[in-house]
Amino acid sequence: MDYEISLLTTIGISVMFALSLNLITGFCGQISLGHAAFLGVGAYTSAMLTKAGLPFLLTIPASMALAGLLGIIVGMASLRVRADFLAITTMGVVFLFIGLVRQQEWLGGEMGLSGFPDSGLGKTGFMLLTLLLAALTAAISLYIQKAWIGRVFNGIAEDEDTMRVLGIDVPSYKLAAFAIGTALAGAAGALYASHLKFIGPDSFSFVESITVLSMVVVGGIGSVVWVAIAAAVLSALPGWFQFIGDYKLLVYGGLLFVMMRFSPHGLAGMVKAMSRKQEGAQ
Amino acid sequence: MSTQPLLKVEKVTVRFGGLTAVSQVSFDVHPGELLGLIGPNGAGKTTMLRAITGVVNATEGEVYLSGSPLVGLPIEKRIRQGLSLSQQLVRPLRNMSLLENVALAAGGQKTASPLRALGHVSNADELALGMQMLEKVGIADRAHQMPGTQPLGILKRLELARALALKPQLFLLDEPLAGLNSSEARALANTIADIHRSGMTVVLIEHNLSEVMRLCQRLIVLDNGKKIGDGVPREVMQDPVVQAAYLGGDTLATSHSNELTQEPHHA
Repeated sequence: MDYEISLLTTIGISVMFALSLNLITGFCGQISLGHAAFLGVGAYTSAMLTKAGLPFLLTIPASMALAGLLGIIVGMASLRVRADFLAITTMGVVFLFIGLVRQQEWLGGEMGLSGFPDSGLGKTGFMLLTLLLAALTAAISLYIQKAWIGRVFNGIAEDEDTMRVLGIDVPSYKLAAFAIGTALAGAAGALYASHLKFIGPDSFSFVESITVLSMVVVGGIGSVVWVAIAAAVLSALPGWFQFIGDYKLLVYGGLLFVMMRFSPHGLAGMVKAMSRKQEGAQ
Repeated sequence: MSTQPLLKVEKVTVRFGGLTAVSQVSFDVHPGELLGLIGPNGAGKTTMLRAITGVVNATEGEVYLSGSPLVGLPIEKRIRQGLSLSQQLVRPLRNMSLLENVALAAGGQKTASPLRALGHVSNADELALGMQMLEKVGIADRAHQMPGTQPLGILKRLELARALALKPQLFLLDEPLAGLNSSEARALANTIADIHRSGMTVVLIEHNLSEVMRLCQRLIVLDNGKKIGDGVPREVMQDPVVQAAYLGGDTLATSHSNELTQEPHHA
């Protein structure tokens, strides 16, 4: 049972993390190659605060707040630069994060942090909390998609200039997307730290950023359900197949490439195309 | 006219580096007017329009809408003050239906800030208003189709409907007839005349002189970034300076003025 509980917890965290990126990249069209940094900010915030004696549950909002705040700052870059430059800027964020953490003795430096108090919820309780928060993230995503903010995000993703001409304050909306997405990544980070009981700078590397991006792309940029499914499957795979764990960058990078080349709308797009074909055949 | 002008353009100059695209241009647009802004290619018409909407900022001068200054404000703020722009290159959002395109523009109240947009889900009112706008421009029967499959003439009308859904005080049209054949252009010009008749103040940039002469009550002529004419269409087009500006086009202008003498105008 222990293995299944741990696996489900991992899946829950991945789903939450992938959905948080989907809000920024999928809904609002702002590519981010540095999303792991916000997972890291959440993880370090929670770990440090539990170490200082705060109960784990209270560290989650703190992790969200700090990650969200930094998200807004990084999001400001998106106001100035266009898509391809934003990719490079956000890539820089992850290296900046790792570079900074490595130098900070009080954050454990190169060695990372361990031995901080756990959630006190027990393994099953923690799994249930994770799954609950993942479900909540999915529910928030679905709500945003249906609300006016989702309609505006969708328009910005397609054509910012036109949205401006329609009177939309595009910068505020982009910052809102970054704030919501990075805050949710911060919550996932708090869970991550408590689940693994060890965090180091390399836990939040560029590879992790690419991994989560490939989950979003494989699922289908913008599709809540398919991104959640892709995140669940892709996060379970390394546990099932040793070589995927060993060649993570190769596997996820390869997936990203293949999907972009053959099905840019991911699994969601494939399913849509297939059902359309079937309808056509009838 | 003693009323306050709706739009007041005051000595606007736009420079791009060493190039002066618009130089010291002033004009007023009065409420209820249909004003044509014309001039040969490169005269600075589009730049003038962009300086009004905020795509470019005026290097010098001021632009007032109902008395409040616009220069320095970003595009979206100017739009929210009551401007609306129909762009020359139609840019519908392609992943939603024609109706949804218009409804998105109609939701100005709900999209004023991300927080407000987060709090509202229903778009029933906006869909209803969007439908009205599509009816107004004559493409309501295609409301639920996607833009990707529509011909240019329909997309031009969609662009009008979407701009109208913003409920503007002043409607700016950038070459709405460009790319249409003569019968399509005439039909669309009639739609623009209808929109104007329903009480909208319109500024029209247009190359299609015969439609401009037919529609507009007043013309502003730009050439090389300077204003060279301002007045009733027939008189403006007979001005030798204006005729000379349309290089080799004086015959064109004459033929239009002849056409005009025979043709009675709408009020």
